[in-house]
Amino acid sequence: MDNIKVKVENLSKIFGPNPETIIEKVKSGISKEKILEETGYTVGVADVSFEVKEREIFVIMGLSGSGKSTLIRCLNLLNLPTDGKIYVDNEDIAKFNKEKLRQYRQNKAAMVFQHFGLMTHKSVIGNVVFGLEVKGVSQEQSYNKAKKILSSVGLEGWENKMPGELSGGMQQRVGLARALANDPDILLMDEPFSALDPLIRREMQSELIEIESKLKKTIIFITHDINEAFQLGDRVAVMKDGKIVQVGTPEEIISSPANEYIENFVKDMDRSKVMQAGSIMFEPKALITIDQGLKEAVDVMKENGISSVFVVDNKQMLQGIVTIDDTIRALKENKSVEDILRHDYHATPPDTYVDDLIPKAIENKFPIAVISENNKLLGLIVRVSVLAGLV
Amino acid sequence: MFDFPSFITFDLGQYVENLIMWLLDNFGDFFDAVSKGILWFMVNVKAFLLWLPWWLVLVIVAVLALRLRNVLSAVVFTLLLFLIGTFGLWDQMMQTLAVVLTAVIISLVLGVPLGILTAYNSRVETIMKPVLDAMQTMPSFVYLIPAMMLFGLGMVPAVFATIIYAIPPVIRLTDLGISSVSKDMVEAANSFGVSTWQLLTKVQLPQALPTIMTGINQTTMMALAMVVIASMIGAKGLGLEVLISINRIDIARGFESGIGVVILAVIIDRLSQGIANRYRYTE
Repeated sequence: MDNIKVKVENLSKIFGPNPETIIEKVKSGISKEKILEETGYTVGVADVSFEVKEREIFVIMGLSGSGKSTLIRCLNLLNLPTDGKIYVDNEDIAKFNKEKLRQYRQNKAAMVFQHFGLMTHKSVIGNVVFGLEVKGVSQEQSYNKAKKILSSVGLEGWENKMPGELSGGMQQRVGLARALANDPDILLMDEPFSALDPLIRREMQSELIEIESKLKKTIIFITHDINEAFQLGDRVAVMKDGKIVQVGTPEEIISSPANEYIENFVKDMDRSKVMQAGSIMFEPKALITIDQGLKEAVDVMKENGISSVFVVDNKQMLQGIVTIDDTIRALKENKSVEDILRHDYHATPPDTYVDDLIPKAIENKFPIAVISENNKLLGLIVRVSVLAGLV
Repeated sequence: MFDFPSFITFDLGQYVENLIMWLLDNFGDFFDAVSKGILWFMVNVKAFLLWLPWWLVLVIVAVLALRLRNVLSAVVFTLLLFLIGTFGLWDQMMQTLAVVLTAVIISLVLGVPLGILTAYNSRVETIMKPVLDAMQTMPSFVYLIPAMMLFGLGMVPAVFATIIYAIPPVIRLTDLGISSVSKDMVEAANSFGVSTWQLLTKVQLPQALPTIMTGINQTTMMALAMVVIASMIGAKGLGLEVLISINRIDIARGFESGIGVVILAVIIDRLSQGIANRYRYTE
């Protein structure tokens, strides 16, 4: 169903005068340090394979020296791979000649850099049209396009400033706009937010998600920050010493880390930003349906030792909640369940991050209801499980 | 036994002379053509400069100083230039300026591409470095000899010697400017699929421009220094005035022409520095 956009097979990048000579050693799995000690060659990427699906955000995460920046630079041949194949749309880009490579860089893959890489002699808009200028797009057309893109990243009115006059966050917006202006299929982002301060970083992350939901690019994103990786990534690859240790969705990695290294990593991270409502909710056992009587409601609450209970209809659609106090009073006044339904509980879809639920859980005296798009009750979250989700 | 043994001799000078003679014998036509080209160019520059009305020159300098520096510089420069006129050295100054301009323009036409080549090619760099060092450390008088032998006496050898003396800074600083363009910027440009030519013209040269401008400023100053010396082999202008004054021990004339050179140097230096400063970018 999902098309594979980028397919990397047994990719290796070794730095040194005759890197081909030690490719066998790398492939046999000898460690990076040992190779450096024995031969003096530095292994950047060691026999790595993975696939990136069309329109997903694929995050490559690793500490410094893990080879992640070397790897992403192989994907547009800023680093020439020593060995292996890189298929983009079923074409091996490692075999491209100069002209084809230029075409590929101009049209298919654009890159955003950690230190922005803006041209200090060009204005903001001059930077954004750079890629189009290189392609030979007419000036009028490229400036029109650049203006649109600049306003979409929130830089309207800054077109004629010089990059040096902008803050770091704004400079990276220019970097992003420059990459987007080329309308590439693939965005290669090399630690784009690492040089920014935390508040701006979070803002840029959510903006990137927003842009991605509109433009549907294939994004390959490098980071050393596990929180960033798990927040942005549809799938995450964890790298260590030039190798990929594990690939999977954030939840897969958290719930079943491949080895101790990843376990330690996961320990460090803020789980509330990865865990979603759906994974910490429990099945609602104590429920009443709207056509049941008040007496039955009292019984259910007594049995389960709770002071309120959710009310659904016979299709499991959430109707409201009733409290024990209201129920007993209504019994005396001869009212029905419908008369005392309350709606001041919090309902949330299952893909909400636990992080966002914390304030709601603290505010509300009732459990949080997890509901589907058509208001079907899927599960409940009590305050204790929100907090438990953090550890 | 403290004296150097007289029987060990090596006539290096003789070989150089032979080389120059050989060059002249075999490439005489080439040097003739070069000579004619330089002469034609310079004669036109000189004719133009001498044709300019004196007050227009003052206005041009004043406007440039105003735009590149400030009001004070504009006033001071104009007054100083006027002063040279009152010494009766206006035409000599223009002749000097003509040689300097010719030498600088030819230096740029040759120097900038050589600088680019040096930056791009490490083999050219290994050859260029010692040659440039030699050119800059050699006493400037020494250039006069081959210049005179190849082109005779007159304006052309003067220009030739001036170019040899003045060209190293522009080559060096073009090389430096291009090699020190930030790696990030070059990498970013490459990631957009630039050709080598696009990389050079859209990124490296614009980025190197402030440094190249500094090189042009230095080349101009060195050319001005050399032009005075080159008066010994026939460059007319302020240098010749200085030379004549030395020969005649004419303090008054020597002082005036000396001050003229200084004024010209200050004005050219400040104006070209002003241009160079315009091209600095904030990081």
